Amino acid sequence: MPEGKFCNKKPVETEEELKALLGDTGGKQYYQEMKSLDVDQDLLWKTIQNTLKSRMKTWLEICAHCGMCADSCFLYLINDQDPRQVPAYKIQSTLGELVKRKGKVDNEFMHMVMETAWAKCTCCNRCGMYCPHGIDMGVMFGYVRGLCYQQGFVPWEMKIGAGMHRVYRAQMDVTDEDFVETFEWMVEEYEEDYPGLEVPVDKEGADILYTVNAREVKHYPEDLAEAAILFHLAGENWTVPTSGWEQTSLAMFAGDWAACKMQVEHVYAAMERLKPKRMVGTECGHAHRATVVEGPYWAGRSTGKPPVESIHYVEWLAEALREGKLKIDPSKRLKIPVTLQDSCNYVRNNGLKDITREIMSYIVEPGYFVEMSPNREHNYCCGGGGGFNGIGLFRPQRNKALITKRDQILHTGAEMVIAPCHNCWDAIRDLEEEYKIGIKWSFLKPLVISMVEIPEHLKPKE
Amino acid sequence: MYDFLTGPMFWLSLGIFLIGMLVRFVLYFRGLSWQLDRVAYKAYPFQGFKGALNSIVKWLIPFGTYGWRKQPFMTVIFFGFHIGAVLVPLFLLAHNLVLKEKIGISLITLNPLLADILTWAVIVSAVFLALRRIALPEVRILTTWYDYIILLLAVAPFITGLVARYELGSYTFWLTVHILCGEVLLIAAPFTKLSHIVLFFASRAQLGMDYGIKRGGMKGKGMAW
Repeated sequence: MPEGKFCNKKPVETEEELKALLGDTGGKQYYQEMKSLDVDQDLLWKTIQNTLKSRMKTWLEICAHCGMCADSCFLYLINDQDPRQVPAYKIQSTLGELVKRKGKVDNEFMHMVMETAWAKCTCCNRCGMYCPHGIDMGVMFGYVRGLCYQQGFVPWEMKIGAGMHRVYRAQMDVTDEDFVETFEWMVEEYEEDYPGLEVPVDKEGADILYTVNAREVKHYPEDLAEAAILFHLAGENWTVPTSGWEQTSLAMFAGDWAACKMQVEHVYAAMERLKPKRMVGTECGHAHRATVVEGPYWAGRSTGKPPVESIHYVEWLAEALREGKLKIDPSKRLKIPVTLQDSCNYVRNNGLKDITREIMSYIVEPGYFVEMSPNREHNYCCGGGGGFNGIGLFRPQRNKALITKRDQILHTGAEMVIAPCHNCWDAIRDLEEEYKIGIKWSFLKPLVISMVEIPEHLKPKE
Repeated sequence: MYDFLTGPMFWLSLGIFLIGMLVRFVLYFRGLSWQLDRVAYKAYPFQGFKGALNSIVKWLIPFGTYGWRKQPFMTVIFFGFHIGAVLVPLFLLAHNLVLKEKIGISLITLNPLLADILTWAVIVSAVFLALRRIALPEVRILTTWYDYIILLLAVAPFITGLVARYELGSYTFWLTVHILCGEVLLIAAPFTKLSHIVLFFASRAQLGMDYGIKRGGMKGKGMAW
């Protein structure tokens, strides 16, 4: 059987299709169908010829097979140094073979490629820093995911995620109405504590356009209120768009480049419509990567930048603390050993390594902040990046991967991990659930709210 | 044979090497695409250049990067091999005498003792590079016969050169074999993994530009390679 009902080469385009696919619990039928899905070899080879150019071609060709990338990969290390987990091996045995065989590969091969691309690589890009030739296998696995997606060999949840973006322009079934209503409702909840608290919607020419992760709307609405509170206390002129508020992109994890483009153009349209001075995104790593770092290229912007200056939440927060827009009550600073999770997506891949440490210097009592080892751009992936967290099929592999972070955290002796990234936060929550090491984990927003000084004029009247 | 190798073949192999390498280098950069690579190369030439330079220079320094420091044994044999492999062919006194005779110019030359040491270092390092391929599972799984051929191609001129230099057996014979090996290496380079002689710089420059322009180079202190 070539194309299945659920597992096929067609992206999910409508709500009905999406609901039907979601109805196939755990992707049972989906993966069954995948076993007999045909490979469109001509299309595959044509795509490779059109898109695998100088950079990647050279990477594949000049790899000296020296194995220096092995130690850089946390999945190699945690899987008992299995040679099949060496990054160079993983890419040579997948993309390298695809090129060598000119796309003439079968279903079984594509199953292997899918597992390698999603369960043996989180696209954390660490290996690229340890290769003498500068070969970035994370970049190549991103590319391989695109080939897999085109051929329909993509984990069930990833196909759904990409479909969500196509249908809702959000990673979950959260509509524009849901977003605005939830935000307004959450703000109302906190109005008494913070008189004058509001969520300005679709305000033109604001200083800040705030974009979020749909998970916050659906599962952690307090996060929206916390963002509003901090903007309010900092006296910011901010707004949220009624449409184009979703900063994340599961389409990026899925390798659905067309959906990536749709999603990010939707956010850019909001920027162009509302003309804010800046865009600030929430505490999410891949969302920043998708909308700020990679997005401009998907949207064909030759400057490599979004329409307006776009920054990560940690950049805004550090600035607000530095400039005194937000003042921390020194007596309320964290006085327990605290460590920090560096997100691959905005630290290794966007250089925001010092700014998060600056924030630590404001919110953690001196002497209580402990670095993980390694850290900054050399930090290991949380274990759940690149979509790994969300794929049921590869849950055992993901749980094994979490051990790296577990041990890194245990080694610091910290009682709390600050994780300004949704993916990392989830991974740390899951590792606590799985391995019970008694660790606390938190985003920055709730911590800052617990210690920020409320200016006299913003205090509730008795 | 000797006349042929030092006459037409000398020019042919040198020509193929120089033109071939130049072509590979130029084609590499012409083939870069800001859209496919997702790096705005042209929009930020200065940041790109800075990133590229940083990315190349750091990796040329023994123990200069986290990667090198993480694997000290590899670093020693890697540089033991490459320093000699680059310096000896270019700056050996005998080579420069030939160069002077052929094209009338010569470069600075190495002290003969240093040249000997560097050549030995190349050979000993090559042996360890090969042993490393056999001994370490993470390298063994990647290794193919092609890797050994490349290593052999690269080290052959040094072995034969040293045999000739110590005049073990017939000097003329080993000198002829040495020249032949050198010319085979020159001819093979643009078409094999040996193209990394120039593509190392190209590929490192590309990742450097990527980091310099897109992945945080403009956000502060740059990359700690």
